Amino acid sequence: MVNELGHFALVAAFLVSALQAVVPLVGAQRGWIAWSRVAVPCAVIQFLLTALAFAALTSAFVTSDFSNSLVAANSHAAKPMIYKFTGVWGNHEGSMLLWVLILTAFGAAAALFGSDLPLGLRARVLAVQSLIACAFFAFILFSSNPFARLSIPPFHGSDLNPLLQDPGLAFHPPFLYLGYVGLSMSFSFAVAALIEGKVDAAWARWVRPWTLASWMFLTLGIALGSWWAYYELGWGGWWFWDPVENVSFIPWLIATALLHSATVVEKRESLKSWTVLLAILAFSFSLAGTFVVRSGILTSVHAFASDPTRGVFILAILGFFSGGALLLYSVRSATLLAKGVFGIASRESALILNNLLLVVAALVVFVGTFWPLVAELFFDRKLSVGPPFFEIAFTPFMVVLAAILPIGAIIPWKRGSIAAAANAQIGVLALSAAVGAFAWSLQTGSGMLAPIGFLLASWLILGSAADLIARATGGRFRFGRSTSRLAGLPGSIWGKFLAHSGLGLTILGITAVTAWQLEDIRSATPGDSFELGGYTFAFDDVSEIRGPNYLSLTGDFAVYSDNVQIAKLKPEKRFYPVAGMQTTEAAIDMGLTRDLYLVIGERQLDGGYSIRTYVKPFANWIWIGAIVMAAGALASLLDRRYRIGIAARRAARALPG
Amino acid sequence: MAGLRKKQRLALIAASGLCLAAATALFGFAFRDGIAYFRSPAEVYEDAPSPEELFRVGGLVVEGSLERKADSTVIFAVTDGEASVDIRFKGILPDLFAEGQGVIALGRFSGKLFNATEILAKHDETYMPKEVADALKERGLFKPKAQE
Repeated sequence: MVNELGHFALVAAFLVSALQAVVPLVGAQRGWIAWSRVAVPCAVIQFLLTALAFAALTSAFVTSDFSNSLVAANSHAAKPMIYKFTGVWGNHEGSMLLWVLILTAFGAAAALFGSDLPLGLRARVLAVQSLIACAFFAFILFSSNPFARLSIPPFHGSDLNPLLQDPGLAFHPPFLYLGYVGLSMSFSFAVAALIEGKVDAAWARWVRPWTLASWMFLTLGIALGSWWAYYELGWGGWWFWDPVENVSFIPWLIATALLHSATVVEKRESLKSWTVLLAILAFSFSLAGTFVVRSGILTSVHAFASDPTRGVFILAILGFFSGGALLLYSVRSATLLAKGVFGIASRESALILNNLLLVVAALVVFVGTFWPLVAELFFDRKLSVGPPFFEIAFTPFMVVLAAILPIGAIIPWKRGSIAAAANAQIGVLALSAAVGAFAWSLQTGSGMLAPIGFLLASWLILGSAADLIARATGGRFRFGRSTSRLAGLPGSIWGKFLAHSGLGLTILGITAVTAWQLEDIRSATPGDSFELGGYTFAFDDVSEIRGPNYLSLTGDFAVYSDNVQIAKLKPEKRFYPVAGMQTTEAAIDMGLTRDLYLVIGERQLDGGYSIRTYVKPFANWIWIGAIVMAAGALASLLDRRYRIGIAARRAARALPG
Repeated sequence: MAGLRKKQRLALIAASGLCLAAATALFGFAFRDGIAYFRSPAEVYEDAPSPEELFRVGGLVVEGSLERKADSTVIFAVTDGEASVDIRFKGILPDLFAEGQGVIALGRFSGKLFNATEILAKHDETYMPKEVADALKERGLFKPKAQE
């Protein structure tokens, strides 16, 4: 019954979305106010109906209703409750439902918080947003229905893929989708602006918060995924340049460029058509990512049930929206006239350079990701593009970006002097060079990777901090006044500082772990002990343990540093009988300066077990940096200038009342 | 780029050109190290690659061929039904690795033995990596396993 209710709500949401895609658009074109106003209640109703459908599916999972074929295929009564709940989106159909739930939630949010948008723009934005939702409702209903019933329900379900029974993965897709789908809002604003032929500072002030929010979620989503891969897959890596990772990284790079170019539109009314193009591209690459993941067209370590018809459906959606938007862009972009003029040495130019580097870097990742497909289609050669390609072709652009960032971030708008900006950062540069030299003195023959990484990281962090301090002191330092001014700096300034230093922290973590990681593979029996990187690992015992829905082979390790025990580690190898699958549970002792990482493998001929040990210096800073970047986006979002509209509206409402 | 002055437009075009040229140069350079071709076991013998070339070989793990040596080293054979290649790997095999199932190895071929640096095993709904499934289809040996 609940199942049919959910199905019905989904069909109703589809019909409402079709209505909302057409009526407000016609209303806005013809100037019919009543028709334009339809968008707001529609957006809210559409969201509520989708939420109802999602709740119905969740209830089917939680109560283990195996008459629902999706539940039967992906759940099991013995599974822990949290994974029954998160299992809703641990499969293709359910995750698509989550996708549209977030899409309609963004639409409803834009409808509710957008009351100070001009009526025509709001109607158009919501109509475009709803058109996207409509396409995805059709996709779900016609090719991936989560409410399909089984005529003979099985007694037990076939369980969720054990790799997905993990808290990290439970929250990775929602964040990623919030990011992907959030970019649909920027896309809708861009298309609405093209239809209206008007982009101004107010438009940019509207687009920026949505882009910031989705960028924040995308950053967290990618970081969560990478962290999950790090501790769950047991390979000790944190990024594999796998197609599925890359397709989430491309929209991130484009969205980063979009955030920066939207600033130029907001402050200087320049780069308008470029910003619109970036907004279109960012969402198009999100759709392309969805296509790649769902169609299984590229070989990836991430297994999602792949189905060619679904792939074709999403490809059609992708072609319609990006093709349509780009066509509209080519016809209408000339009407977006820039106002601000600026010199070659200016913040505007620096931001153009930032955009150029980010977009070319995204292009590099795109080519590397899709090259196997091109080679197979046109040259009939099967090949794979591995990490070395990306390390060689992608890294230089990031190095240049990091190198110019602290200068570009302080150069004045309109017209400035590179020499003056460089002069202001000369102390920071000297200090960073010292940090790089220090890193070089610490190591013995590991090349220049870590020294250069440390130099860049400290150049980014200290350079951003110097800018913050300069703003607080205004040239003259007086403790009380300077600290109060520092606290009073606008959110966007704090956001810039956090985002840029977060990037520095991530670079620090990446280079340290890449250059200085230690690895050891051996066969060991209980009683053995071995040394790696100054730590002694004692293999005390091995035991077989029964979990709720798995059997586990657990190793007992004690780790000593200078004969003092610092950690107990219990790496596991689990066997899930229902799914017939094995998983590796690495044991990690986390720390700010290093991670100790242990994996237990198969039993060897001599009665030992193969043990893989890593010492990973500064690994956690990769994700701490990402969290700091996301915190920067949050600080920017809280900037009061995005709330000025709301304050003005309240005042206006207060007057006549 | 309407609204920009001529000098700026030139600077912008120059900067974009420079970036794209750098990207192209890097592509050429990176493609030499970053690309690994896929070969089925039969193709490995038909057109033997040089011992320096890093490539991927894939097929089904021959039943009963898995041999564990000391020091976490394993040797197993991979077949496409026509020929088989012996693969040596030191380390922990992926969780999805099993005899009779599809697998892909990355490494170098000495002429007799394939020294793998990486082993990939992936289950999709046909329990087969895509390259392996295609290679088996080409040789007419592909039998999709039905999922119960």
